[in-house]
Amino acid sequence: MFGNIINWIDERIPMTRVWNMHIAQYPAPKNFNFWYFFGSLAMLVLVNQIVTGIWLTMNFVPSAEGAFASVEYIMRDVEYGWLLRYLHSTGASAFFVVVYLHMFRGMIYGSYQKPRELLWLFGMFIFLALMAEAFMGYLLPWGQMSFWGAQVIISLFGAIPVIGDDLTLWIRGDYVISGATLNRFFALHVIALPLVLVILVFLHIVALHEVGSNNPDGVEIKRKKGTVAEEDKPKFKFHEYYTNKKDIVDAIPFHPYYTVKDIVGVVGFLILFCYVVFFAPAMGGFFLEAPNFEAANPLKTPEHIFPVWYFTPFYAILRAIPDKLMGVIAMGASIVVLALLPWIDRGKVKSIRYRCGFHKLNIAQFVVTFVILGWVGATPQTDFKTILSQICTVTYFMFFVLLFFYSKNEKTKPLPERLTK
Amino acid sequence: MKKLVIGLFALLPTLSMAAGPSMPLQEANIDLTDQASLQRGAKLFMNYCLGCHQMQYQRYERTFRDIGIPTDIGQETLIFDGSKVGSHITNAMEKDDAAKWFGAAPPDLTLISRVKSPDYIYTYLKSFYKDESRPFGVNNIVFPSVGMPHVLQELQGLPNPVFEEVEEHGKTVKKVVAVETDGQGEMSVDEYDHAARDIANFLAYVGEPSRLDSESLGIKVIGFLFILFIFAFLLKKEYWRDVH
Repeated sequence: MFGNIINWIDERIPMTRVWNMHIAQYPAPKNFNFWYFFGSLAMLVLVNQIVTGIWLTMNFVPSAEGAFASVEYIMRDVEYGWLLRYLHSTGASAFFVVVYLHMFRGMIYGSYQKPRELLWLFGMFIFLALMAEAFMGYLLPWGQMSFWGAQVIISLFGAIPVIGDDLTLWIRGDYVISGATLNRFFALHVIALPLVLVILVFLHIVALHEVGSNNPDGVEIKRKKGTVAEEDKPKFKFHEYYTNKKDIVDAIPFHPYYTVKDIVGVVGFLILFCYVVFFAPAMGGFFLEAPNFEAANPLKTPEHIFPVWYFTPFYAILRAIPDKLMGVIAMGASIVVLALLPWIDRGKVKSIRYRCGFHKLNIAQFVVTFVILGWVGATPQTDFKTILSQICTVTYFMFFVLLFFYSKNEKTKPLPERLTK
Repeated sequence: MKKLVIGLFALLPTLSMAAGPSMPLQEANIDLTDQASLQRGAKLFMNYCLGCHQMQYQRYERTFRDIGIPTDIGQETLIFDGSKVGSHITNAMEKDDAAKWFGAAPPDLTLISRVKSPDYIYTYLKSFYKDESRPFGVNNIVFPSVGMPHVLQELQGLPNPVFEEVEEHGKTVKKVVAVETDGQGEMSVDEYDHAARDIANFLAYVGEPSRLDSESLGIKVIGFLFILFIFAFLLKKEYWRDVH
């Protein structure tokens, strides 16, 4: 009976084939470690944002007069509204936590290298869309930091010569941030950008499944047809789409092995996530900034204006440059240069495990730089911090410059023939 | 650098807040489970604060329910303007009038504990002192040039400032560092401290009425997740025996 239903469907859409090709018989390297949880966690958070977002939309009023009060209405009068709202606001920060760790994984294991350049680029577009989505979402509660943060960020576009002023006017839909801005940001936040995000995530996964996952050893599991002895082939059945073209070593089917493993990751993540949601939703002012509990007031500037923590590294680069236009260019370049990583890194060895000691140092300094920039961008400026942010802006870009040069003739360790544990 | 900062931060004419507190905040040690304290805080708020400061996002009925006041008693003793229990906690002061009288309309206090902090409210209420140069004859250490009178004067009395000479930018200036009671209030110093704590506690509750619900639900959710984690881990181990 059940088999008949499956057959009936399979004759009409390729349900079983897609399931096998992409899940049950999809070959994944067997040595994924901790760092490989963050892709599935990013999907989990995306679903959380969409679902809680739909329910928030049911009670949110997208107008300058009603937005702030409607958020408090959700917090007080809607059944479990506070939970929906905290899941959504904590989810925004969690999204960036997992995406930054996911990108870092790609960096240390060289997952952007050939043949995964397009996969990396789709990922960078997801990152950009996510930043736009988060920025527009942050305006919606219409608090003081929503208003003034948006004011500062939108004014950056004014630094562009000739068209700058008209461009900011076009983005805002008004001469100042107003209800018109709120309305269009609402439309983009709940429809346009989520749609773009979902499409990009789909393309990201299509690209991933075409080239196959990289792994902590950076050694390909797909070998030229006929080069792998029969006894070295895994005992699992993989879809012929993969086995017809290549011989596969050291792989396991994604389902059930990585589905059960990802469940462990998901539950572990949810423990931390729920701790924040239920016990510290403001996260000491990092996830929900204190001035944002005051309704937007165009006549009263907050003492300090900071973007939310996930933008602060880039914001610090902007502030480090004493010229507005150059600052904006540097900030844009700091993201573009990440997207160009597949072409900046000219190395043939992917994983940090087998690359030179200098590469390890370079990655370590990049991490330190990123954290310092994040801290500087989130705290009031002092002369010391200005100099620190300028030094870190240099070291941020030096990561890429150095990588470009030493990767060409890098002294690497020998790669293992097969995946290590 | 300066140019950039000015460019970014001075985009509109600004009426920024006065500089931060010149006195470290005192710890209020609030306790949201202390319903007697919340009830006393509510009573003080309705009697002394609500005339000027609204809680326009919070409703009477919800408040009564959460802090353990029966609706009919709350209706009789804490609603002074004849509002229905389902109404928001508001007053009849016109914003324009208020701005004329005080220089700025008194802010809504629903979320003040989240904009500032319960400790700030506690310290603020204890930091009024006599200052004849101000329109209402009082000033405040944590909110210099404060625009409101000392509404709790009948309880606390009118404290006198305690000056201390401090170095500031290379100059010696006289600064108010503490207040001392004039003994004219209905309450002792200790009783007034408790009253200030009760108000801070009540405002902390109003700032986030879901806090207690959230924590009790959170314990259950996280407890469940820990158990689920164990089973998820065992399931993974069982499956992965084929791989290793």
